[in-house]
Amino acid sequence: MTALQTIASVRQRKSQSSVSAWFERSVPALVLSPGVCVSVIFVYGFVLVTGYLSFTPSTLMPRYALVGLDRYRDLFSNDVWWESVNNLAWFTVPFIIGSAAFGLLLAILMDQRIRYEGALRATFLYPLALSQIVAGTAWQWLFNPTYGLERAVQNFGWSSFRFNWLGNPDLAIFCVVIAAIWQCTGFVASLFLAGLRSVDDEIVKAAQIDGASLPTIYRRIILPVIRPVFFSVTLILAHLAIKTFDIIVVMTAGGPGTATWLPSYFMYTFAFERGRMGIGAASAMMMLAMIVAVLVPLMYLESRATRNAT
Amino acid sequence: MQHSSLTVRAVLYLALLLFAALFLIPFYLVLVTSFKDVAELRRGNMLSLPETWTVAAWLKAWSAACTGAACNGLRPYFYNSLEMVVPAVLISSVIGAFNGYALAQWHFRGADAIFTLLLLGFFIPYQAILLPAAQFLGYLHLSNTIAGLVLIHVAYGIAFTTMLFRNYYVSVPSDLVKAARVDGAGFFLIFRKIFLPISLPIFTVCIIWQFTQIWNDFLFGAAFSGTTARPVTVGLNNLVNTTEGVKEYNVDMAGAVITALPTLIVYIFGGRYFVRGLTAGAVKG
Repeated sequence: MTALQTIASVRQRKSQSSVSAWFERSVPALVLSPGVCVSVIFVYGFVLVTGYLSFTPSTLMPRYALVGLDRYRDLFSNDVWWESVNNLAWFTVPFIIGSAAFGLLLAILMDQRIRYEGALRATFLYPLALSQIVAGTAWQWLFNPTYGLERAVQNFGWSSFRFNWLGNPDLAIFCVVIAAIWQCTGFVASLFLAGLRSVDDEIVKAAQIDGASLPTIYRRIILPVIRPVFFSVTLILAHLAIKTFDIIVVMTAGGPGTATWLPSYFMYTFAFERGRMGIGAASAMMMLAMIVAVLVPLMYLESRATRNAT
Repeated sequence: MQHSSLTVRAVLYLALLLFAALFLIPFYLVLVTSFKDVAELRRGNMLSLPETWTVAAWLKAWSAACTGAACNGLRPYFYNSLEMVVPAVLISSVIGAFNGYALAQWHFRGADAIFTLLLLGFFIPYQAILLPAAQFLGYLHLSNTIAGLVLIHVAYGIAFTTMLFRNYYVSVPSDLVKAARVDGAGFFLIFRKIFLPISLPIFTVCIIWQFTQIWNDFLFGAAFSGTTARPVTVGLNNLVNTTEGVKEYNVDMAGAVITALPTLIVYIFGGRYFVRGLTAGAVKG
């Protein structure tokens, strides 16, 4: 607390006696509280209710009798749930690696004192201004085997070219991965670029004088310095991956069959379309658990890396 | 970096151009497809420009395409989205401005705890609040209404707008506020005289960002809008994935551009502010 703050708080305490002074002092809290209350109720209150619902026999309408862990048993004995979790792994790992690698590459390229940096950044970032529904619509068309990319390549003369990933249960998820990488890479690149720009120029100059080549400088000096950025990028991408929903709905609707169901899709379908509210709530709680399981270690690592870097 | 031998620079720019093309090609394909007719789609190359340009697909997507049982195009949903986005953006921005100002400049006990609580809320998957939120809207008789969607978007937007304004206002020297208080100025007067005049950039960031988020939302729209208040993202999904009739990709693509147009225009004219909102969200989020 600065000296001025102390004086101000002493002044406040002195004028506590009168009601109008009390009111004047409480205005900030009074202004703040409705918004905070709404936010806390809608987020934390509703999470608690969802948690409660996951212990009830609710189906189409909520019922409030407690039945213990029955809904979790239902969930864990449901094959489609496990397939959704499995699909999420197949989605998340290539999505994070792809967006991070591609984003870092773009950031390094843009960090070379290039011209038209603004225009390039704008180009890499515009997919983020689009709804996932729009992006998914576009990519579904590109991946269409009859009229899409497959035909375009065949028209170039490679007539045996086949590209029917969307219709293939083993490969459809990667179509969604590609679309998601396309949408997120520009954002990842700006995060990395901000990190690269924060590296002290003096270190780089010193290394150059010592004769280090540019790739060596990046590998040995710059990238280790921006290690905290790697953690925040992973953190952001991992939690985006767990929340992925819209783009699945529009590109594959979970198909073929259940090959691209994700936990978010499972939750929505069971809770809102099949009238299995209890299982839906249980799956939502498991999604929350996944996010916590990913975030807590990453946040810990990030804070440690930040402390070491400064 | 002094590595400026000419070939290295050439390769660098070539790579950047290539990547830029990679990002733009999907949009180019969507655009040219939307101006072709179905016969040309069947025989032609998806990469080529239309042989005959036609806006028929656009007209159909706007006012006649089937989105499930109804065949009124995207127009009603587009208007729903507009009706939803304007109040939701304005209300959440104003609340965020006052909250952020109170948190940044009026030190009281628990301010940091409140801020942390709001921030952690970003990470919670919306699936974990959908069911109670649907019931809550039901209690308020706001199920399947635009007002209900506005309420939801405001409630879940406050945390972000508060953070945005708080991080902006925190850089104002607190001595300024203290001096004003010594002179007898109150909470609202100080906001009006000191903070409001410097707030144009941050309001722009906030409005652009909230507009993009709320316009692009699909999950809340799908869960809470019924058939009467559907936003345009839900309309587009129904258009693209409708099982009735023959699939017309040109109409789908025209619909996609119509849905994307408002946020794209905002991005083109306010991209700078958009990026600021993005990094503000990322640094804290």
